[in-house]
Amino acid sequence: MTEPGQSDAAPSVAPAPLRPRRQRISVVGILGELLITAGVLVLLFLGWQLWLNDIIVGNEANHESLEQTKEWDRAAPPPPADVDPGDPPVSTAPAVGQRFAFVIIPRFGADYYRPIAEGVSTKTVLNKGGQFGHYPSTQMPGAVGNFAVAAHRTTYGASLGQIAELRVGDHIFIETQDGWYQYDFRNLEYVRPTGVGVLNPVPQLAGIAPEDRLLTMTSCNPKLSAAERIIAYSVFDKFYPRDPDKPGSGAPDEIAATVAGEAS
Amino acid sequence: MYAALWRILPGPWWVRALLLVVLAGLLLAALVTWVFPFVDQFLAPQDATVGE
Repeated sequence: MTEPGQSDAAPSVAPAPLRPRRQRISVVGILGELLITAGVLVLLFLGWQLWLNDIIVGNEANHESLEQTKEWDRAAPPPPADVDPGDPPVSTAPAVGQRFAFVIIPRFGADYYRPIAEGVSTKTVLNKGGQFGHYPSTQMPGAVGNFAVAAHRTTYGASLGQIAELRVGDHIFIETQDGWYQYDFRNLEYVRPTGVGVLNPVPQLAGIAPEDRLLTMTSCNPKLSAAERIIAYSVFDKFYPRDPDKPGSGAPDEIAATVAGEAS
Repeated sequence: MYAALWRILPGPWWVRALLLVVLAGLLLAALVTWVFPFVDQFLAPQDATVGE
């Protein structure tokens, strides 16, 4: 025996548990959650850009460098017996964008192994795979004059992130199909972004005939800024020819583990 | 939004928590692989070269 008034009362009680749910779905609540999500995404992006991506790119660069050096080992003929370690072979510059060499710097860690491509376009060379870019107007590795390269100090692999930690005499190896060119670090210099004098065959001097074989590396300074450039000069020391018959293909002992891929 | 997601997920609380971890991992992988590199190209480039 149910009265209409009672049956009305029963459904009016039933929706009561739904009320807290309705309160959760509010415009302000959703907006707040969206804003928190956006904040977390920005933090994740910064973590990726400033830290995680450098590790990912560095590992990729190391892997690709190892693949290339193995390929060069397989293709390499034994070098002529009369290679003068002080007067190395000099190859011709490749097409813009093409990789032709690798950088190994023991000071930056035993797994530091980065490619060098021709050209210094930020988008097509420097932003890709932790690459160094070779200034096409400068000489090639081992040549009398200036072999000048650029790389990022932060982000995109940060291949020159530790450039300011180089110490006098640190070895910097440039690896090509022919072998390893050992340069010894000399000094740092800080210039304006327009300071193209650092690219001269004799840096900062115009019209002087070069006698030394130099390596010049440029990067941005201070970190995360484009206000200035940091320059690292090194001087050629010795050439180690690639020789598939030798242990480690003739690479110097200092970088044997890096070149063999046993350093990661 | 997140409360609704929690309700949509099936199973007891620990299954939901596990699913959330998996979803978060997938989202992070997608961000790192596609979204972040895409966004990155619109930011100010950090020029490391000297030039006129």
